[in-house]
Amino acid sequence: MAAAQPAQRGSEVVAGGPQALMSVRGLGIRFKTSHGVWQATRKIDFDIAPGERVGIVGESGCGKTITGLSILRLLPNNLAGLDGSIHFDGTDLASCSTREMRAIRGRRIAMIFQEPMSALDPVFTVGHQIAETLRVHTGVTKEEARERTLEMLRRVGIASPERRIDDYPHQLSGGMRQRVMIAASLICGPQLLIADEPTTALDVTVQAQILELLRDLSETSNTALMLITHDLGVVAETCTRMITMYAGEVIEDAAVDDALVRPLHPYTSGLLRSLPHLSPRHGKLPSIPGRVPSIMDMPNGCRFKARCAHAVAGCEKEQALLDAGNGRKVRCWRFRELDLPGALQHAATAPIAAMVASP
Amino acid sequence: MTPQAANNAIVSVRDLQVGFQTTDRRAIVKAVDGVSFDVRRGETFGIIGESGSGKTTIGRALVFLLKPSGGAILHNGVDPLAMPRQQFQSHRRDYQIIFQDPNAALNPRMTILSSVLEPLELARAGSKAERLQRAHEAMDRVGLPQDLGERYPHQLSGGQKQRVVIARALTLRPKLIVCDEVVAALDMSIRGDVLNLFAELQRDLGLTYVFITHDLAVVSHISERIAVMYLGRFVELGPTEKVSERPLHPYTQALLSAEPRPLPSTMRGNNRIVLQGEIPSPIDPPSGCRFRTRCQYAQAVCAEKTPDWRELMPDHWVACHFADRPNFSPN
Ligand SMILES: Nc1ncnc2c1ncn2[C@@H]1O[C@H](COP(=O)(O)OP(=O)(O)OP(=O)(O)O)[C@@H](O)[C@H]1O
Ligand SMILES: Nc1ncnc2c1ncn2[C@@H]1O[C@H](COP(=O)(O)OP(=O)(O)OP(=O)(O)O)[C@@H](O)[C@H]1O
Ligand code: SF4
Ligand code: SF4
Ligand SMILES: [Mg+2]
Ligand SMILES: [Mg+2]
Repeated sequence: MAAAQPAQRGSEVVAGGPQALMSVRGLGIRFKTSHGVWQATRKIDFDIAPGERVGIVGESGCGKTITGLSILRLLPNNLAGLDGSIHFDGTDLASCSTREMRAIRGRRIAMIFQEPMSALDPVFTVGHQIAETLRVHTGVTKEEARERTLEMLRRVGIASPERRIDDYPHQLSGGMRQRVMIAASLICGPQLLIADEPTTALDVTVQAQILELLRDLSETSNTALMLITHDLGVVAETCTRMITMYAGEVIEDAAVDDALVRPLHPYTSGLLRSLPHLSPRHGKLPSIPGRVPSIMDMPNGCRFKARCAHAVAGCEKEQALLDAGNGRKVRCWRFRELDLPGALQHAATAPIAAMVASP
Repeated sequence: MTPQAANNAIVSVRDLQVGFQTTDRRAIVKAVDGVSFDVRRGETFGIIGESGSGKTTIGRALVFLLKPSGGAILHNGVDPLAMPRQQFQSHRRDYQIIFQDPNAALNPRMTILSSVLEPLELARAGSKAERLQRAHEAMDRVGLPQDLGERYPHQLSGGQKQRVVIARALTLRPKLIVCDEVVAALDMSIRGDVLNLFAELQRDLGLTYVFITHDLAVVSHISERIAVMYLGRFVELGPTEKVSERPLHPYTQALLSAEPRPLPSTMRGNNRIVLQGEIPSPIDPPSGCRFRTRCQYAQAVCAEKTPDWRELMPDHWVACHFADRPNFSPN
């Protein structure tokens, strides 16, 4: 295997580039609804390098989950159309045949969902479910599949896997089920793992174990990770890059530390300001005033304009994801002149100050 | 030992036990196994803890969505289960619960307004005009414009749907609301809006909340007191500032240290306590202290003796043999 360097944390990360594992260009998703065709996302551009860990954040309903689903062509059947391309290691997933897609899905790209119970079949043992995935894709013998399943269960931190492999899903705790899901998604050694809110339903100690595992995998097996979450703490501790979405568009793409310290888009800065960690206890939590415009009457140009404290005449001009240097990209006309507060400004006055490492 | 029932207790829980039969009917899952506490009128009582430790089960028992298998739950000093049926039904409306998923709580074929009206109609509260007025008032309170009333759930955003569910719970003017992971699926900004709304309603209507969540930042922001659960029991209970800044129980310490921090790598300390081993089964919990299989401070006595639930400092309760030692040290 070509030794692609695992992406580094910090500002030296260059988005995409020639070594990208996946390049998404101009991705748009349209649905048929009773009110006509609904443009759910548009002009989505991003790259993921081998071994890179990218966090996808953004408001509820901005299109994170459907973007993940579109990569595996698992979108609901009222899909009206898919625009653009998704180049993955030489194949355009947006246009390849169903057959090609089937060979990639589960084997080279795997996805884990928020609710592990609904993704596991209650009538089969967990070992059977993992081993079957492997057998379908690689045709190894039953014995070998079981052997590799045991090894993978051990790898995801299940103690005495030989006692657990024949358990049914309901016999496991929520955290163990989620790890079983992860084992099933990793058994074929995918190049890309898409994880949609994988730890939201779990307590933070179990969450920490799972995130550690994901980090470890990307470092040792060079598996790229696309982690969809509302939790900026999870992104900070797990990812190398953060992509922020708003109203169906990518609005910022930067190395995690850069995005946290000095966000370039007013929406990203607003998200950091809303964090309860960063607010005085019991006080009113800041939130971004206003609502996302309805897809039915999207404004021209900047979609954040009606809620943006920095909006000026001209922000309604048709926009692109602008190059901000150092591999950063941002969809804001004024990013060069604005100096927006990041996590550090807020942290100084908040309870989290106690958690900040002393130098 | 159980805490004294304070006379400002809206709910008093005494030695609560809830068991579920396993699917093969051969064993009992002791989801809640001897929990005692009071919820004080007008406070926000936070419950955090391990996945599967029994938080939701306590929440459901508090509003009598399920019947305890042992112990007692008093509402304002009275046992609702001893009430005549009719009175019990109307009493229950004062104690509401809201769950994480608004989609599960809303009928997709009912308009928003009908959903908000439904509980009032079931309760046959007032005249038709009065019910309509109360529904509109509740929607107004949660910041939902009246024209949304004609829409269906799928035409609303996640945050709006969660507000509908809250409005629905408010129409009956409850005294207490159990909020079970109600903000987990919302983005940070909408989450802030919803939490501000809860605080405002509490101020204006004197509501009491029991707030169950995995989000430590949220719970310490809004709660007066926090209880920490592990394997069917409370291990610690105290004022928010004490529990979140000077936790007494080793499990609480591990939990707090595992919270992911939204800070750049250079500013994050590396003081995480990583818990080893699997979470034991609630069917067959460890003897003595239930946390001992994963506790870095465990001693022989921890396997032999169940630690007392004791008030180590004023209003600050803990169940650990060694919680009064100023500094734990690994053995
Ligand atoms: N089958 C569908 N038909 C029509 N619209 C849809 C469909 N599925 C999703 N949408 C819409 O597409 C948009 C993006 O949805 P998506 O589930 O990707 O949001 P998300 O960013 O994952 O939000 P959340 O953080 O709440 O999970 C939403 O406005 C949603 O209502
Ligand atoms: N209806 C049921 N039948 C059988 N077991 C149940 C039932 N409901 C809950 N349990 C079990 O009881 C225990 C406590 O569950 P509960 O849902 O109260 O946990 P929780 O603390 O809310 O967890 P989470 O943080 O994952 O929501 C778990 O072991 C669970 O599997
Ligand atoms: S383009 Fe204008 S309105 Fe949009 S985010 Fe930038 S400053 Fe605000
Ligand atoms: S009683 Fe013993 S095992 Fe339990 S928390 Fe305290 S030190 Fe740890
Ligand atoms: Mg989603
Ligand atoms: Mg629960």
